[in-house]
Formats: sequence, structure tokens, C-alpha cells
Amino acid sequence: MTTDVTRKLDNRSLFIGFFQIGIVGFGGVLAVARRAVVEERKWLTATEFSELFSLCQFMPGANITNFAFAFGSRHGGLRGAAAAVSGLLAAPLVIVLIMGALFQQYATVPLVQHSVRGMAAAAAGLIAATAIKMALPSVKQLRSVLVLAAAVGLVVGFHLSLPVTMLALLPVSVALAWRP
Amino acid sequence: MNLLGDLFTLFAKLSLLAVGGVNSTVPAIIRMVVDQRHWITTRQFSQLFAIAQAAPGPNMLIVALIGQHVAGVAGALAATVGTVLPSGILVLYVSNIWHRFQHARWRRILQAAIIPITGGLILSAAYVLVRAADTGWVLALVTVTSTLLCLTTRLHPLWLLAGGLLAGLIFT
Repeated sequence: MTTDVTRKLDNRSLFIGFFQIGIVGFGGVLAVARRAVVEERKWLTATEFSELFSLCQFMPGANITNFAFAFGSRHGGLRGAAAAVSGLLAAPLVIVLIMGALFQQYATVPLVQHSVRGMAAAAAGLIAATAIKMALPSVKQLRSVLVLAAAVGLVVGFHLSLPVTMLALLPVSVALAWRP
Repeated sequence: MNLLGDLFTLFAKLSLLAVGGVNSTVPAIIRMVVDQRHWITTRQFSQLFAIAQAAPGPNMLIVALIGQHVAGVAGALAATVGTVLPSGILVLYVSNIWHRFQHARWRRILQAAIIPITGGLILSAAYVLVRAADTGWVLALVTVTSTLLCLTTRLHPLWLLAGGLLAGLIFT
């Protein structure tokens, strides 16, 4: 895919571009990244973006940092990847660490305890909603329901570790998906 | 064992298994940092998770908060680099193959096979987090409300977190 790149971006523009994506992306960065990379900066066409992003979603790891890593390295090798990823994470990392430090400092104050407890309950609801959205497409086919239920059963019911769960499920899931 | 090295390798391993993003590894992270290493409690994890959600940027920053809790800023960096680097390098190597086999049948099969696994892992993550966060009926109500609002409206997640914060402040 390296041949798709018509003009090489320098590390500075990579850092600045991804810095701006990181600072505005609340609760998921995909939409922001898409707008910045495709529409505003025209670094990739819509198709190129979907192609690269679908890979990053498919591959393990944090999708958006995978994306920054792959995109940056196309332009400037490992240094480009470092520029893009550190641009993406610099501001959010500083902010989240300040919040984390404040939380550690005041974790014993009842007022803080109660509000963070409420916030944790809401955050659990957010992830539950995400999980429902992501699980819904699988409910349409029996094979997917089986694999999905098996994953939940292995992780929650049997407390199997992630490697063992993957090792057990991936071959089964591939075999079930292997239909003409 | 060297704490920073442990943080790095722990999250490097987890990120290489994080199909569908870091959220799908939440039960695995809890297993490692709560059950095995006793760095934090499950409830602390659910609170750090909430803080990571409330901050701008990718949700993977939960790993930075765990690193920070264990070994300060250096710990946060070790956990973050561990999460980013190995999976990033893997993507680099795979990206060429991926493009070449754009229309290959095995690529579609593999993609189709991964989707229900990801769904199951994230459902498990949700289950674990809900169990950890909801210690009373008020908090359970907050979770249900935030789930429903997130599913049925286009309300920004920050409003839901703020609502949860207020509910926790007033009712618990």
C-alpha cells in the first residue's frame, strides 16, 4: 500500500495532525480521525481510509493508535509512526494523568468517592451499550450466536484467560464461517 | 521483577490479543492486575475506567491510569508504549498482505470469524464492569439509564458520565 502515497508528510505535520485529532476526540476518535484525515487534510481518500481502518479494527490493539502507527510509518518509517502516535496521545495522556493524580489524591474524600462511583456506573452503561451494538449483527446467524455465547461463557463463566479463549474459539469460528 | 518491565510486557501481551480494541481485554486486564498482581481492586478498576472514558482521546488510556497507579508517570508511559508498540508493528507487517488479498476469500472468512468473538469479548467486558460498578440499586439504575440513553439517543457520552456523577453525588 506504500505505493498509494503520493506526497510524503514530514514528522512535524504528522505530529500536529494527530495532535488535533487526539485533543478533540471524546469517547472514541474514529469519527474525528476520519473527518480530519479524509475531509480536512485530504491525506487519504475515503476508500483508502476505510481500507486502512478496517485493517486496524481487525488487527489486535487499540484501533486508532494502530491507525496512527501505520499511517505515520508510511510517511516517515518508524520515526513517522512515533510522531503520529505521540501526537495523537500527547494531550489526552497529560489530561488523563492529571485526572488520575487528582483522583488518587482525593480518593478518600466522600464527595469524590460518591461522584466517581456514579460516573463508573454510567461508564459501565456506556460499554454495555457499545457491547450490545457490537453483538447485534452476530445475532442474525446461528453460528455467530454460538461463538458469541461461547466467548462469554469461557471468559465470564469459566474464567479462562484471553489467550486460551482465543485459541479455543478462533478455529471453531473460522470453521463455522467456512461455507460456500 | 522490574515493575516497569512487567507493566510493559503485560500490556504488550494483552494488546496483541485485543481483537476489537482494548475494551475487549477488560476481563483479562482485571484478571492480571486485580486477581494475580493485586495492584488495584475491581472497584478501583471500574473507577479508573470511568476516568479514562471522561478524558478526551482514545479509550485505551485506561492502561495509562493503571500504570500511573502502580508506578507513577513512568508506569503510565510503560503501559502505554506496551499497548501501542507491538500491535502497531504487527499492523505494519500485515498491512501489505492485507491489501494484496483484498478480495481473497480467506480474508472475508477470517473477518467474519472474528466479529462474533469480538462481540462476545466486549459483552464479557461489559458484564464484568457492570458487576464491579453497581454496588447498589441506585448505581444499577444509573447503569441501565446510561445504557438505554446511549442506545436510543445521540446524546454525547460526556453528558451521561456527568449525569452518573451527579446521581452518585446526590443519591449515594
